[in-house]
Amino acid sequence: MDLIRIRNVRKTYKTGTTAIYDLNLNISKGEFIFIIGSTGCGKSTLIKMLYREEKPTNGKILVGGLDVGKIRNRKVYKLRRKIGVVFQNYQLLPNSTAYENVAFALEVLGIPKDEIHSKVLKVLDLVGLKNKAKQYPNQLSGGEQQRVAIARAIVNGPKILICDEPTGNLDPKTSLEIMEVLQAINDLGTTVIMVTHDISIVKKMKKRVVLLDSGRIVKDYKEGEYKNESI
Amino acid sequence: MKAFRIFKRNLRDSLKSIFRNFSLSLASISCITITLIVVAVSIILSLNVNNFTKIVEKDVTIVAFLDVDINEDEIDEVYDQIITLDNIEKKNVVFKDKMEITKDMMASSSELRSVMEDYTRENSPIQDTYQIKVTDINLIHKTAEELNNIEHIDVVKYGEGMVEQLVTVFDTIRKGTVGIVIALIIVTAFLIANTIKITIMSRKREIEIMRLVGASNINIKLPFIFEGLFLGIFGSIIPIIITIYGYSALYNHFDGKIFSDFIKLIAPTPFVYFISILLVAIGIIVGMFGSSRAVKKYLKI
Ligand SMILES: Nc1ncnc2c1ncn2[C@@H]1O[C@H](COP(=O)(O)OP(=O)(O)OP(=O)(O)O)[C@@H](O)[C@H]1O
Ligand SMILES: [Mg+2]
Repeated sequence: MDLIRIRNVRKTYKTGTTAIYDLNLNISKGEFIFIIGSTGCGKSTLIKMLYREEKPTNGKILVGGLDVGKIRNRKVYKLRRKIGVVFQNYQLLPNSTAYENVAFALEVLGIPKDEIHSKVLKVLDLVGLKNKAKQYPNQLSGGEQQRVAIARAIVNGPKILICDEPTGNLDPKTSLEIMEVLQAINDLGTTVIMVTHDISIVKKMKKRVVLLDSGRIVKDYKEGEYKNESI
Repeated sequence: MKAFRIFKRNLRDSLKSIFRNFSLSLASISCITITLIVVAVSIILSLNVNNFTKIVEKDVTIVAFLDVDINEDEIDEVYDQIITLDNIEKKNVVFKDKMEITKDMMASSSELRSVMEDYTRENSPIQDTYQIKVTDINLIHKTAEELNNIEHIDVVKYGEGMVEQLVTVFDTIRKGTVGIVIALIIVTAFLIANTIKITIMSRKREIEIMRLVGASNINIKLPFIFEGLFLGIFGSIIPIIITIYGYSALYNHFDGKIFSDFIKLIAPTPFVYFISILLVAIGIIVGMFGSSRAVKKYLKI
């Protein structure tokens, strides 16, 4: 059963730029998939449409049975609760501790305090930050900040985790640590979609890889197929 | 339960935000405060004016003093002419004989009694009068003039026009304040909208994250609406204190009346509480109007 189904999707921005051309893609539940391609090829645009930050101009996107293009603005939150999102620049609240940053995602949903407490501690443990829960973002390394962001993205148990260049600001060693965390999350059953420029990571992980070029999929490598290609 | 937790969170957030941008919040609050003080003054004034205009309208009497040497026939003639006038309550034209007036005056003071004891109809300097009630107090001046023109009416008096002037003065003030209040309310609403806008800007990342993790739109917007509401409530505190204590003090100072017995002030309780409720309500409405404008304009979600 496909968790995500993208059918003939085209995205033309108001400026007239077409970022995605008639794209088809299926992603199954529990998959780990990389989306790669040169700058400006439409990677971010593609994943933004998955969590309805952008609307497709044409075509249809189904995420867990929801027709993303048809969801009303008022109802977008229902989609967002199924999806966790992580960015290159972490997007943490600077005046909140690691714990508070993660808890924030649950507080705004009106979840009871004790439930928040146990969930946050569990997820901080999963990303390896249990002992830094009380530290503020500026007291954490880049890798640790990204772990906080990942923890926040998954704390509510989303089906899908979308990462847009999560290791973009990190050194190779730290990047690999982050990949371990993402692998652990994937092992728990969460579908992981990751946009990246880091080819060495892609090679190491041996996952499915979708190569984009100028808004089109030029190659869809099955697990382990992507080896020494160059883009 | 869940809705209540979200509600509580929103309340807390909006209060926090007011204190975080304190100088700006203070500007909005001061603006609401000034507006509401003017509103309070104008409401208190106009309700009081309404109140005593009603009393005055009931009680204002024109007294027409007749010539000292007038005879019985002439007194009747004067009556016939008075009741042809327009602005007259025909049933309330009362003749008061000079002897009767003398008796009343003697009863009111012992000094007058000794002076007036020897007065007879013939030698008394006291004049016979007609006491006349008008139907429309605004035309009282014209009616008085018409009365003055009637033969054998010597002088016409009706509280020296003070009442009439007071009514016009207060009425003008009231009309003027309506304009000021409207202008102030507009300025205030803008200021609040601006305050909320800055809050929205300063919490951009928070808002983004809220959207990302699936907070509903209403949940994202509510703290900002609450912020406007709180600004309104805070802004009404001082005007309410001024209303309750100020008006009561004023009332006590004047002993419940201004200038003369028949311009009575409205008793402070429950009047001031009614005004206070009105002030909070106006504060809240203006505050929420300002914030919902800002949310509509700057919180595109
Ligand atoms: N909001 C927008 N409005 C107009 N054009 C946009 C917008 N966002 C992206 N584009 C354009 O769409 C194209 C694809 O952009 P996108 O951000 O998806 O690329 P990308 O593959 O993520 O690039 P990078 O690897 O640099 O992040 C680009 O030409 C870009 O200029
Ligand atoms: Mg991008």
